[in-house]
Amino acid sequence: MAEERRQKQCSVVMPTESMKAMAESVGVGQLQEDSCVALSEEVSYRIKEIVQDALKFMHHGKRRKLTTNDIDHALKLKNVEPLYGFQSQEFIPFRFASGGGRELHFYEEKEVDLSDIINTPLPRVPLDVSLKAPKEQQKSEFTEPLKVVKPGQEEEGSIQAKGQGATSAEGLGKEKGSIRIKPRSTHELSVEQQLYYKEITEACVGSCEAKRAEALQSIATDPGLYQMLPRFSTFISEGVRVNVVQNNLALLIYLMRMVKALMDNPTLYLEKYLHELIPAVVTCIVSKQLCLRPDVDNHWALRDFAARLMAQSCKTFSTTNNNIQSRITKTFTKSLLDEKTQWTTRYGCIAGLAELGPDVIKTLIIARLSVEGARIKAVMEGPVVSNIDKIGAEHVQSLLLKHCASVIAKTRPLPDVVDQYRTDYGYLGPMLCSHVVKARAQAALQAQQVNRTTLTITQPRPTLTVSQSTLGVSSGPRTPSIIKVPSSLALMSTRPGTPTQPSPPTTKYIVMATSAGAASTQQVITLSSAQSGSPVTSTVPSTPSTLQPLVKLESSSTAGMSRPLQKYIVVSLPSSSSVDSKGSGVLPASTSPISVEQSVKLERSESPAASTQSPH
Amino acid sequence: MAAVQDGQVESDAEKETKPDASNDVAGNSSGGARSMSPNAASSASGAAKAAAPTGPGEQQTLLAVLQFLKRSKLLESVDILRREAGLSDELDESQTNDGAAAGSASLLRRVSVGGAAATNIAATTTSKGAEDQPDVSIVLSAYSQQGDPALYQVYYSGLKNFIESVLDCHRAELSQLFYPLFVHMYLELVYNNHEHEAKVFFEKFSGDQECYYRDDLRVLSGLTKKEHMKGNETLLDFRTSKFVLRISRDSYQLLKRHLQERQNNQIWLIIQEHLYIDIFDGMPRSKSQIDSMSGSLAGEARREANKAKVYYGLLKEPEIEVPLDDEDDEAENEEGKPKKKKPKKDNLGSKNKKQDPNAPQQNRIPLPELKDSDKLDKIMSMKEATKKIRLGPDTLPSICFYTFLNAYQGLTSVDVTDDSSLIAGGFADSTVRVWSVTPKKLRKVKSAADLNLIDKEADDVLERIMDEKTASESKILYGHSGPVYGISFSPDRNYLLSSSEDGTVRLWSLQTFTCLVGYKGHNYPVWDTQFSPYGYYFVSGGHDRIARLWATDHYQPLRMFAGHLADITCTHFHPNSNYVATGSADRTVRLWDVLNGNCVRIFSGHKGPIHSLAFSPNGKYVASGATDGRVLLWDIGHGLMIGELKGHTDTVYALKFSRDGEILASGSMDGTVRLWDALKAFDVETDDFTAATGHIHLPDNSQELLLGTYMTKSTPVIHLHFTRRNLLLAAGGYNSQ
Repeated sequence: MAEERRQKQCSVVMPTESMKAMAESVGVGQLQEDSCVALSEEVSYRIKEIVQDALKFMHHGKRRKLTTNDIDHALKLKNVEPLYGFQSQEFIPFRFASGGGRELHFYEEKEVDLSDIINTPLPRVPLDVSLKAPKEQQKSEFTEPLKVVKPGQEEEGSIQAKGQGATSAEGLGKEKGSIRIKPRSTHELSVEQQLYYKEITEACVGSCEAKRAEALQSIATDPGLYQMLPRFSTFISEGVRVNVVQNNLALLIYLMRMVKALMDNPTLYLEKYLHELIPAVVTCIVSKQLCLRPDVDNHWALRDFAARLMAQSCKTFSTTNNNIQSRITKTFTKSLLDEKTQWTTRYGCIAGLAELGPDVIKTLIIARLSVEGARIKAVMEGPVVSNIDKIGAEHVQSLLLKHCASVIAKTRPLPDVVDQYRTDYGYLGPMLCSHVVKARAQAALQAQQVNRTTLTITQPRPTLTVSQSTLGVSSGPRTPSIIKVPSSLALMSTRPGTPTQPSPPTTKYIVMATSAGAASTQQVITLSSAQSGSPVTSTVPSTPSTLQPLVKLESSSTAGMSRPLQKYIVVSLPSSSSVDSKGSGVLPASTSPISVEQSVKLERSESPAASTQSPH
Repeated sequence: MAAVQDGQVESDAEKETKPDASNDVAGNSSGGARSMSPNAASSASGAAKAAAPTGPGEQQTLLAVLQFLKRSKLLESVDILRREAGLSDELDESQTNDGAAAGSASLLRRVSVGGAAATNIAATTTSKGAEDQPDVSIVLSAYSQQGDPALYQVYYSGLKNFIESVLDCHRAELSQLFYPLFVHMYLELVYNNHEHEAKVFFEKFSGDQECYYRDDLRVLSGLTKKEHMKGNETLLDFRTSKFVLRISRDSYQLLKRHLQERQNNQIWLIIQEHLYIDIFDGMPRSKSQIDSMSGSLAGEARREANKAKVYYGLLKEPEIEVPLDDEDDEAENEEGKPKKKKPKKDNLGSKNKKQDPNAPQQNRIPLPELKDSDKLDKIMSMKEATKKIRLGPDTLPSICFYTFLNAYQGLTSVDVTDDSSLIAGGFADSTVRVWSVTPKKLRKVKSAADLNLIDKEADDVLERIMDEKTASESKILYGHSGPVYGISFSPDRNYLLSSSEDGTVRLWSLQTFTCLVGYKGHNYPVWDTQFSPYGYYFVSGGHDRIARLWATDHYQPLRMFAGHLADITCTHFHPNSNYVATGSADRTVRLWDVLNGNCVRIFSGHKGPIHSLAFSPNGKYVASGATDGRVLLWDIGHGLMIGELKGHTDTVYALKFSRDGEILASGSMDGTVRLWDALKAFDVETDDFTAATGHIHLPDNSQELLLGTYMTKSTPVIHLHFTRRNLLLAAGGYNSQ
């Protein structure tokens, strides 16, 4: 075989016909056969020689492909004028033609009209040479110690993983001429995407509630946002960082709603960005101060809402690897146990823990009830301290009652004796006792109404009713309206967004109720501290007139009492799906979800502002 | 004709020695001696006439000669020869054959027709006038007398049969003969215009040759006419320089006996004339041993070529007081002054002060004095070195790949400064580009007019002379008129060297970003250039097969290193700056002494042109990579090959040892970076015998030594560099196809 090839090598010469053709092309007519043979052998040898030299240039040019330039350089070596006009870097197509018993290969030279060349717009200037290195690697040179790669895995599979510095960096960037570092890293956005991003972020933090609703709806439902996800996540985390310092409660709320919307979007996979989102959310839960006037502003609602987000992300994303839930629990517990923790942070910790489920409540909160009770007592009954502390203590108290009562109702054997409670739970015992009694009553009621009672057991949501009933302490009539809802709480915990489920209406409703609870608590409490008026009435003034249609719709299904509640519910629950389901659930005739939401939004957008104004 | 074959061949054999001698003289004096070679020949003939005893076979020989001349239509020569023969000018040449041939019976009855031959030559040349022939022609034209090209095949296959029938232990050694014999016989056929026979001969036997001679055979196959040989330097070299074979005494005796028995003088002649057989006592070598060493254009290196003493040790580092003010280097400075690039941190300071017994005299080569800025830089590098990661099989370096985008396959060379702050690329479009890879941008010095305005007493005068307006991440240097194939930063980062296809080496200032000097001397493409590790000197090598040593302030080379038989493809300075290594397309690596220009080492064993070289940081070893994808390791002190690293599938363009010499990184056209355990590779036990004979059993342990393979997508790796902290930087131009 090798021999065959050698033979070929040895005998390859230009055909004499080519010689003749070439001779004709330069005007030599009758070339003798002998001359042709001699010429062809000579020419073949020279060509081989030149190509062999050209190969040297190719090797030194670090290429695999021989180019016309290499040939030129080889000719130059031999002191031969290079062939001008063959500057192509690429393959030069030779055409084939035959006729008259002759076969020809030739290089087609097209006639070019100069005016065409002059008139055509200039082609794009080729990109200039640039030097790229993976960014993180560069950094590592200066900051980190070298990464150690384990030996003994030279096979292909590991090569790619190990050789990421070489491969990922250069491989990815080629299409657009710029380098990308990792698949996770930000991608360049198209102009449309940039516009979209700008619009969305502006709407989310802007003043127009209608726009915000649309934007959040878009975030929560649009597929294909993954390219913008890193930017959104940075936007949120940076936004929280800035606005916490500036105590801009409204913006914090908007940002949390964005988080909620992102989490609601089934096409987005947030896990890669939790490192940005979780700190933002936790900040909104436990920060000492979230608003300019802590005594009046309702930052409690934000804490509740963020706590719920936190709980949701724990459920969704916590794995044995990242251990989010246990890490978060530890964080909360630590500051809860700290004596010096302020009431605001304390509230956040408790809310955060409570949202994590009855087990957490049972082991971490109920165990602390007496201690917390004593602390609350000290504030409530002790010498007059600052108003802020008092408000904080009240909120913590109501929060504890709300969350603990339902759990205790499930776990504690029946006879609810006030004294027993007092011995068990200290200062909060009596109040807790009454809450538990109510909770039991509700549970019984629900068991009759809905078959799903069992679900409610697992859920922390029923505690909402308790919170309502804490309101109830000040305002009796409210509880019943809320009580309707609790059974569906279990469903609520499954991610909203499936409006077609038969039970969701109640679920959603409950959700709203819970947030309503929070929201209304906010209102109520501000009122109670300032005026001690009925909570319901207090909320009404803040609802703007634009809400009229909404009110009408709801009025058809429920008592007028629930109106303000619903509104407030929406405030804390921006997700469109919940609104949507609410609409469908509450109203047999489906109203356009957007209009409902819009109105809700509008109201909500004002609510923080309103709440800041209303007390004074 | 065939009947008289034997005797005639004999006589030819004797006659041959004479023109050979003249050829040797002429060959050494190169082309310029052409016109005088006929004179030499005629003087030889004169000498022949002086002593004129007659031998019995002479008539036959004369007849044969005449016959040949007639056939060649050289009637004039025939006449002259007739006339001279009629004068009965016989020449009994005293035995000028070397001792190896002594004892042969043929020698005794040898009849020299040297006089006739010489006359013949003289006649031929005069009749043709001033014939433009290389000197080899004389040697060859003498062969032409015996005339029967058809027998070449018989000779060759006769030898082949013999070698195949000998004992295994000798067969491998004697097989080495095949290739040089084949080439020489083929060339003789070609030279004597037996085109057809040459072709048949080539076809029949080229397949037998070792595969690593493939490239040469391809060149050879194209060569079918005498005229072709004229301009072909490669073949000229093959003829004028002897092909070196290393054969044990036993095998050699066997061969000699065979050739004498068979009266196979044609082959014997070639062996005498064109081969240098290095005979050694001891065990014949095995096939693998031979294969590992052979492959170069001129055979193996002669043993004595590698006997010269090489001072491979490192120079003593100048003592620099390291300021102790920085918080992070107190620990290291307690124990003395750590060395700069070869930071044997575990060494105590006292040991550093001792002169390495293998190191050259400090002033053997005058080195430039250290400037203050150099000292500062050394201090910096020492500090960096203290933060270095100690590499090993368990702690491999991270690799950072610098990809040249949009280079359109035009990237031809890359270099990185020692402190890894700058990267320069040479491009096929004749430009040189310099990038800063640190946040510090590249700035030019202000113009002379502006410089006058500067307060020269200011503390930050060095900062003030820079023109802030010119700050950019990269600068382009224009000046070459051909692809830039070699590039090298000076150690102080003030200069950059580039070598190009246009035959010049240019020195650029990195302060003004202008060309300072164009060194002209190579008239052909300059493939590579490199600065000495101490600056000031640099070496360049190119297509003209001569490596030149320059000093930046001399426009003419200080030394010219001649000896390679083909292009010098890469050049590299020894860490102590006293030696220069060159790799060549003749598939050898040579080490040259800068002091006297001598070639002190020849390393043969590569099977393709060598494209990369790297010295180990301790100066004891050199690694070389070639187009065959193999990396070979050499012990400089003993002149031995000590390792072979197989794994790459294409040309190895980049080699680099880690700062401590524990890891060897190799980068290749195949788009991979491979890391090898250098310590383990160098850990080869060499007993006295191997050291003396150079026959080493190479363990085939490439797979064990390979620590990692890192693929790029489509980027040939053309440069590698270890930062002072042992991070590995690699560079290459992305290949979009």
